[in-house]
Amino acid sequence: MASKPRVKVPKTASAGEVITIKTLISHNMESGQRKDKEGNLIPRKIINKFTAEFNGQPVFSADMHGAVSANPYMEFTAKVQESGTFKFAWVDDDGSVYEADANIEVS
Amino acid sequence: MKMNRRHAMAMSAGAVVFAATGLSSTRALATAEDVDKAMMQLGGGKMPEAGKVTLTAPEIAENGNTVPISVEVDSAMSDGDMVSSVTIYAEGNPNPDVVTFNFSAMSGTATASTRMRLAKTQNVVAVAKMADGSTYMDKKEVKVTIGGCGG
Repeated sequence: MASKPRVKVPKTASAGEVITIKTLISHNMESGQRKDKEGNLIPRKIINKFTAEFNGQPVFSADMHGAVSANPYMEFTAKVQESGTFKFAWVDDDGSVYEADANIEVS
Repeated sequence: MKMNRRHAMAMSAGAVVFAATGLSSTRALATAEDVDKAMMQLGGGKMPEAGKVTLTAPEIAENGNTVPISVEVDSAMSDGDMVSSVTIYAEGNPNPDVVTFNFSAMSGTATASTRMRLAKTQNVVAVAKMADGSTYMDKKEVKVTIGGCGG
């Protein structure tokens, strides 16, 4: 259901710079409000949690509910002091975790 | 009042949507009181003050399935002046909760953007919770022409 997440992190930055990160993942974010043709409620299945960490330190996270659009998009900032790796994770209602990472060179 | 064409179109489209959802929908929608209650809880029994947080949302959203929103909190994001989270509520959706953004000292700024669903024309509320527990809010009305919560 969910396909490869896409993340946009600058490749380089200067120490102490605040960078903008954009992420997008394909997921239909079934809200639990829709009904199928027979009128039965389609059970909720969404990504309920998104986390971003840098070199093992939490940077940003989001708790999502059914009102977040399909293919959830997240844009946020991070202050980087050193080179390292961002790790991103999306947690599905069914327990699956989708992951992505990106490196940044800080001078 | 001068009535321009665009205004008239938006109003009539809004009326149609309202009539349609009124007929087909049996589920209960959230109310402003539900959001007030959630905000009280978030603020530890106190209503958030206006200010500090800025919510950006379109005045008119043609498609309620994907409405871009962003928040920005005026904060240094360093010791003593930290934003711990910003929660978004929708007053007229089936469930008032939308999303909570959690920030850290490594966030640099307390800004975030995403896209949300809106069932109908309604107020969207952003509540910022500071590290010291105080809360601040901003509210924007978004007019929706096509609702975004299925049916």
